[in-house]
Amino acid sequence: MSELTLFLIRFAYLAVLWIFVLSAISVIRSDMFGARIPEARAARKKAGKQAKPVRRRGQPTHLAVVEGANAGEQAALDDAPLLIGRGSDAAIRLDDDYVSTRHARVAASGDQWYVEDLGSTNGTYVGSVRITQPTTISLGTQVRIGKTILELRK
Amino acid sequence: MSQTGALMGFVHRRRRGAELFLLVLALAVGIGAYAAVGLGVDGEVPVDIVGYGGWLAALVLVAHFTLRFAAPYADPVLLPVVAALNGLGLAVIHRLDLAKEAAGKPHDYAQQQLIWMTLGVALFVGTVALVRDHRVLQRFTYTSGLGAVVLLLLPLVPGLGYRNFGAQIWIRVGPFSFQPGELAKVLLVVAVAGYLVLHRDALALAGRRLLFLDLPRGRDLGPILMMWGLSLGILVFQRDLGSSLLFFGLFLVMLYVATERAGWPVVGLLLFSAGALAAYQLFGHVRNRVNIWLDPMAYIDQTPGSGQLVEGLFGMGWGGLIGRGFGEGRPDRIPVAESDFIIAAIGEELGLTGVMAVLLLYGLIVERALRTALICRDGFGKLVATGLAAVFALQVFVVVGGVTGLIPLTGLTTPFLSYGGSSLVANWVIIALVARISDQARRPPPDLSPEAAGTGDDDATQVVKLR
Repeated sequence: MSELTLFLIRFAYLAVLWIFVLSAISVIRSDMFGARIPEARAARKKAGKQAKPVRRRGQPTHLAVVEGANAGEQAALDDAPLLIGRGSDAAIRLDDDYVSTRHARVAASGDQWYVEDLGSTNGTYVGSVRITQPTTISLGTQVRIGKTILELRK
Repeated sequence: MSQTGALMGFVHRRRRGAELFLLVLALAVGIGAYAAVGLGVDGEVPVDIVGYGGWLAALVLVAHFTLRFAAPYADPVLLPVVAALNGLGLAVIHRLDLAKEAAGKPHDYAQQQLIWMTLGVALFVGTVALVRDHRVLQRFTYTSGLGAVVLLLLPLVPGLGYRNFGAQIWIRVGPFSFQPGELAKVLLVVAVAGYLVLHRDALALAGRRLLFLDLPRGRDLGPILMMWGLSLGILVFQRDLGSSLLFFGLFLVMLYVATERAGWPVVGLLLFSAGALAAYQLFGHVRNRVNIWLDPMAYIDQTPGSGQLVEGLFGMGWGGLIGRGFGEGRPDRIPVAESDFIIAAIGEELGLTGVMAVLLLYGLIVERALRTALICRDGFGKLVATGLAAVFALQVFVVVGGVTGLIPLTGLTTPFLSYGGSSLVANWVIIALVARISDQARRPPPDLSPEAAGTGDDDATQVVKLR
């Protein structure tokens, strides 16, 4: 085996190695920007936003504070998504030291209502469980935020 | 942990086709290395290349189709990178086998490594197929913690454990020897993640502020002191510097990620320095390692000396930028090069160019695992992925740093490259777990719109498999 052939083999192998590394990186790159909205889903989402949610009997109409300093306050679900927190832009403003400025929000997807924690300090609890992802709630499900308890009402 | 990603309606693609494409390239890296070794050493392509390549391709494809069916959204880059590293490792071990054969001391480490790789892929398939949801692992928090401690203690049992290269970390059952510590690190990640996800509020919020540091409360120091004790125990009773460093570092990383408080790493580093200083004063082998690190050339001819390290440094120096080429170097001059010093053998025959590619591949594995942790929706998955990434990062740093003379040399295997069944098998399990978590994390959230709800079933509640 001549010196030159060995030299070429060496280079060819290093090239293969680096082609692999660069292809892997290019897959990662396309993956980073490749998170796309599937068209059917996106279209449905748009359509859902334009049409007003169909009001049916037995559906919740407002979110009410059941316990805590602001007990009795409520907000209509027509303005969803509702922001809950201590900040002035919140739909339900709570005077509760354990509540973050922008604490959680309640939003709809079709017929389902769900509550989502917005990275609050003390967390949002549905029942006794601290939620880590958007969680569906129905009529009467108790959502605890700080010392305040909220629920959906008809 | 904001969950906006799930609400904005974008989803990750499956990318299984991209994975297959990368796997073909990865096979080219593995089988190409095998062919290049044959060409360089014997002047001809090895006769068994078809059988060898076929076996490698079959293993990789089995793993690929398992992901396709059992975890379709898993990260597409992980498996190919691992396959390439494993293939390259096999070829380099084969190269060292050939060198030993020429020297008249034949052994067949490559063959054994291929058998271990087969077992590793089997465990990968088993883990991906059996663990359908990583969250079930959270229930085994304390079980796996106990399992890890038992595994770590096994080598100290008289009659079962034995000492090799100065470290008592092996057990022997019949003809098989195994390092239980390698599997213990996987169990430990699960245990620590399960513990921290429950207790991180107490660890993160309580405490007092000193200067610009939030110091933790005294009574919360329990777990970190326990972990410190465990690491020191490994150091003292098993004389294994590398594992002790790995376990403690792993715990610190996970604690810091879980609590977001700089106080923990500071406390940890102080404890580490105290432990390291004490070990330096008390143990001859630790002092030895440090002296060798400070001046390798002074200890070449002594036993225990720096012969291995110096040969490795010479090899890498001789390799230079593009290496000698397979078969043209003398990596067999390094004692037990197929194990801890495989990166020096690669540096000698593939040069800095090859070593940088390998390090970049490790970087990609760590990056993918951390990315998985970022997009994962539950705290436990985040912590497990971070922990597994930290295992890889620390292990590569410690062993490559040691071999290149950046830090004192401690014995650890180079993941997927080094000869050693326990490490290879454990690393395949780690990759299976990361693939499973990334599948969960990248899978689009269940469709909540009324059309999809169809029969009126409550689709929004995700049922976590109960058994």
